[in-house]
Amino acid sequence: MLIPVILITSFIVFFIINLAPGDVVAQLTGGDATQEEIAQVRAQLGLDQPILIRYIKYLGGLLHGDLGTSYVTGRSVYASYMEKLPATLQLALASIFVSILISIPLGISSAVHQGSIRDNVGMVAALLGLSMPNFWLGLLLIIVFALNLGWLPSGGSDGFKSIILPAITVGTGLTAMLTRTTRSSMLDVIRQDYLRTARAKGVPERLVIRKHALKNALIPVITVIGTQLGSCLGGAILTETVFSWPGVGRLILDAVNSRDIPMVTGCIVLKTITISIILLIVDLLYAVVDPRIRAQYSKGGK
Amino acid sequence: MTEKKRVPASRRYAKRSQTAEIWHRLCKNKGAMLGLLIMIVIVCIAIGAGFLLDYDKDVIGQNISQRLQHPSWAHPMGTDATGRDMMYRIFYGARYSLSIGIISVLIALVIGVTLGVIAGYCGGVVGEIIMRGSDAVAAIPSILMAIAIVSAFGQSMLNLMLAVGVTSVPQFIRITHAATLTVRNQEYVEASRCLGLHQWQIILFHVLPNCLSPIIVQTTLRVASAIISASSLSFLGLGVPAPMPEWGGMLSAGRSYIRTHSYLTLFPGLAIMITVLALNLLGDGLRDALDPKLKGKK
Repeated sequence: MLIPVILITSFIVFFIINLAPGDVVAQLTGGDATQEEIAQVRAQLGLDQPILIRYIKYLGGLLHGDLGTSYVTGRSVYASYMEKLPATLQLALASIFVSILISIPLGISSAVHQGSIRDNVGMVAALLGLSMPNFWLGLLLIIVFALNLGWLPSGGSDGFKSIILPAITVGTGLTAMLTRTTRSSMLDVIRQDYLRTARAKGVPERLVIRKHALKNALIPVITVIGTQLGSCLGGAILTETVFSWPGVGRLILDAVNSRDIPMVTGCIVLKTITISIILLIVDLLYAVVDPRIRAQYSKGGK
Repeated sequence: MTEKKRVPASRRYAKRSQTAEIWHRLCKNKGAMLGLLIMIVIVCIAIGAGFLLDYDKDVIGQNISQRLQHPSWAHPMGTDATGRDMMYRIFYGARYSLSIGIISVLIALVIGVTLGVIAGYCGGVVGEIIMRGSDAVAAIPSILMAIAIVSAFGQSMLNLMLAVGVTSVPQFIRITHAATLTVRNQEYVEASRCLGLHQWQIILFHVLPNCLSPIIVQTTLRVASAIISASSLSFLGLGVPAPMPEWGGMLSAGRSYIRTHSYLTLFPGLAIMITVLALNLLGDGLRDALDPKLKGKK
């Protein structure tokens, strides 16, 4: 499944970037280079060959796990990506944390008070997060917390303080989906007989919701968290730009702007692989959360 | 002959009552009604702005003596760095943002639904190729895809629409594909096949109409996200060229004055948010109204 997707993705990226006017040579050589110098650089980078040959060569490297080297910096794509990955990973995890912190209580309270004002307000609030352009929210947060109040830095990445604003920015964008999933999944569970049983035997309502309902409603919630983590790992290009966060998104954006084909293609291939790994981990997490699935696994093992 | 006349008549009758039923359900949804109301107001503003405002004078005409004025009675949303009234620009900008949103989704709709129906109805190798291709396009981050397209074909409104449209295509393919799969094996499709209808007749008159509700919902929601994507691209400097009053571009221009004139970023963003929120509310309401089984589940 992964391999054809990687093949087609890399093909599309390779060709589209190649279509773009202007190439990397102009930037490398500067304005006053002679024709011979330009031709020399082109030959050095292999740009004088037709695109198909270059693509096939690239694929050959890919088969050996070689993602190529950047035209601009001359460093290996893998190393550059891995250097930026921790920052993106940090931001992704922090954003998911913010999103969980908002969504799960909101989703639960909406489900428990289904159809009431609290439900409606909660759902509109969640929708609001989806309706705001991400970068705009980022700018507003900068205006309020960095420029007016001066509590938090407006950009860069040093220490815990600088991750708060970007994490809120990305996190609220994820809230809508997660809140709805929590709500609908809770609504499914809340009508089950075992909840009535739990209440009948005198378990306090809070405990019923937390222990009996929420636990059984977690599977779809985890699925959504997994896919969202995946999409965050692609790099939140806009948020990273607004907060000058040194992550993968900026790396890719810069590479597109300088027409650095191996860098763009390599980053996207790596991103696709990272996301598949995350999704695999999510699948395994089901077993941790749900004893029924765990039982299936252990049966299969025997 | 009479046989032929009766069938469409009854279908039309059934359709009308169904439409009335859907409308009734939609009316009961307060959120959807609010969304619809806001959308009507915004569309009216967009149309009205075309008649009432003079594009050259009010919208792009510079007036340096009035530059960077904070919101006041004369300029309720202030003026920008070249003295243009922000309110006029935002009102006029509704024309651009809405048309970019709608046209780009229409592009995606036509391509996506066509491919999706073919993939779902024909299946086999063709279907497999279409679906894998759509997976691959979906694997590229949409904003990146759009950036690549705009930088490849140059910066213009049409290319912006194309870029935003192309990134929504996989969504439409997937949704139409899924809907077609459930409809394909229904008895009425089999019946029309037995009657000897042509392939495309079956697809056009029997399969597609029954796949419409998820497509309608998806269209509404995608217009919302298309407006956001377009403004994101404008924010990165890849949207519509400068003097045009597009909301994302205005936001981006205001960013340089964020320390002293934060209203320049506030109002265009609010305009985007209100429009997108209205579309999302409407889309959610439509989903509930078109598919009562899903009500409350989402």
